[in-house]
Amino acid sequence: MNELLAQFINLLGAGLLMLAFAMISQRRILSLIALFTVQGAVLVLSTVVVGFVTDQPHLYVSAGITFALKVVLIPLMLHRVIARLDIRWDVETLFNIPTTMLIGILVVIVAFNLAMPIAKLSTSLTRGTLGIALACVLLSFLMMITRAKAVPQVIGFLSMENGLFFAATSATYGMPMVVELGIALDVLIGVLILGVFIFQIREQFDSLDIRHLEKLKED
Amino acid sequence: MHPLLFVLGIPLTGGLVLAMVGHRDWARDVNVAFSLATFLAACVLTAEVVADGPQLVLQREFFIDALNVFLVALTAFVGLTTAIFSRPYMRIERDRGKMTAPRLRLYHSMYQLFSFTMLLALMTNNLGILWVAMEAATLTTVLLVSVYRTAASLEAAWKYFILCGVGIAQALFGTVLIYMAAEKVLGAEGGALLWTNLDAVKGQLDPDIVTLAFAFLFIGYGTKVGLVPLHNWLPDAHAEGPTPVSAVLSGLLLNVALYAVLRCKVLTDGALHSNLAGRLMMGFGIVSVVAAVFFLIRQKDAKRMFAYSSIEHMGLMTFAFGVGGPVATYAGLLHMTVHSLIKSAIFFAVGHATQKAGTQIMDEIRGLIRVSPTIGWGLMLGTLAILGSPPFGVFASEFLIITTAMREQPWATPLLLIALGVAFAAVFARVQPMVFGDTSVRALPHPPALIPVFVHLGLGLMLGLYIPPYLDTWYRQAAQMLGG
Repeated sequence: MNELLAQFINLLGAGLLMLAFAMISQRRILSLIALFTVQGAVLVLSTVVVGFVTDQPHLYVSAGITFALKVVLIPLMLHRVIARLDIRWDVETLFNIPTTMLIGILVVIVAFNLAMPIAKLSTSLTRGTLGIALACVLLSFLMMITRAKAVPQVIGFLSMENGLFFAATSATYGMPMVVELGIALDVLIGVLILGVFIFQIREQFDSLDIRHLEKLKED
Repeated sequence: MHPLLFVLGIPLTGGLVLAMVGHRDWARDVNVAFSLATFLAACVLTAEVVADGPQLVLQREFFIDALNVFLVALTAFVGLTTAIFSRPYMRIERDRGKMTAPRLRLYHSMYQLFSFTMLLALMTNNLGILWVAMEAATLTTVLLVSVYRTAASLEAAWKYFILCGVGIAQALFGTVLIYMAAEKVLGAEGGALLWTNLDAVKGQLDPDIVTLAFAFLFIGYGTKVGLVPLHNWLPDAHAEGPTPVSAVLSGLLLNVALYAVLRCKVLTDGALHSNLAGRLMMGFGIVSVVAAVFFLIRQKDAKRMFAYSSIEHMGLMTFAFGVGGPVATYAGLLHMTVHSLIKSAIFFAVGHATQKAGTQIMDEIRGLIRVSPTIGWGLMLGTLAILGSPPFGVFASEFLIITTAMREQPWATPLLLIALGVAFAAVFARVQPMVFGDTSVRALPHPPALIPVFVHLGLGLMLGLYIPPYLDTWYRQAAQMLGG
């Protein structure tokens, strides 16, 4: 039974990785938010499964927080932001998707290599998950670098948080509760501030292209 | 109740109270009052540490030892003086229409919450809470930097948020890895993120995990220290935010981030039995010193120039801690203290000067000494002090760092000497005409608060000539813990 569930967690990890790749190549803002929501849901599911297998009830609580925050609240806020800014149907022109995907594959290889020596020592039920989590973090980082619009950058930032959360639950069975609450609070406040910023940037520059935010160069 | 809880509780309450009344005329005084109360509580706490030694509070969740006690006192002190400086400064900004009532409320509330997050980061025993507090400090300062809502300040704040957010996410990954390593030794219920527990078992932590963890923690918190090449946010955030914010960013936040790195270094050194952490810190430190100096030469904006000078000094401290050993670490701790005092004094003086001149461009600020001798002398003395002229404290610490480097890392000495020399020539040549010569500045409607400038410079001078015995003991104990 546990063997099966461990495999299931690996499967969910693979799902997260696939979603991270999908986000890199997704050009529509609306689909991007949908992908982010699915990623949050996968994360909740994996947290619940880990909680069940290892019999750690506090993981159910953190799964609940993740669900409220990353599947309901944040996607809702993102939808409202893009509706009010009237950018629901925006399609971003991305620079050379195949190259980005190839770089993404390299990133995954690097992440797995970095995590390899640790995974061998790991006593937790799944070994590959730390590499997957690191790969998700780095892929989100890649996504933030390649995006020129403010909202996709924010989504990249949040999906990076998802990768970190996956690392915390699958590699260590969750951080202590007080830390998790603190992290959740920080993420929530961070998203609120970014939301306000997006409106202010739009007001100042009449656009959400962060290429406008490159005036402060070294001369 | 333990005084430590007051040190944390007062600024938190202040942040909530000022969120409601921060737009009133008297909110500036309330801000000073809360900062004063925090400082007094920190004094009581310090006195208790002097009398009874290190302490663990509230089921070991908070602690105060030789490494953080002087930083707590310093943070509360600079928090107070900056609040005093910000009183007339913000009044002038409001009169000129740059600050409206809602912005003032945000500013005052965030100022107190920022103090709270820094004190929390310093005193928490939990590495996870340390991360949460650092992230919260980023969030509050992002709001402070963007408070003018100009295009430039929005850009600076966005850049700051994204870069530091990404950076600090790496630190969270590192924290998870540390927890993973510690769980094996301490068990899930054993308080595996409490620093004192980790310190007790650091020899048994798995070296592979800790190596990777330190790499992530160093990159994460190093972004906040402003180490090159992760420094891009720092000059913008310093230049575009209000000057009191630049003063606390340079004087306090960078110190707190470096403190986080140091706590992680102690664990890494204990687990690895090698000098990996030290070598990383030396490398990044020296690159920061040299690169910052060459950026610094080309700056036209006064606050931007001194922001690069902060990168230079943070690099120097990181280098000193990387060299390790009792002398270099002692010098690093001393440098942390004096840099914080002197740099915030400079920002106070620069803040008043830029308000008088109505610009931050150095070429357009001339002859400060004619209009206001105190600001002129404050800026001149502060600049001389930060550049390392004797008898100020920076001279003492830099002298110690360079002589130790000569003995232990001779390759670094010429680089350091050249960088410090170039910085001296560049900054002095810029500041000298700002202070002397014909004037272009006008008087201010409200008298500036100059006491903080001279109190800071006086303390910086004192630390160059005489270090109080208990401070000396803390430095020695902390140095022993860090690299002894």
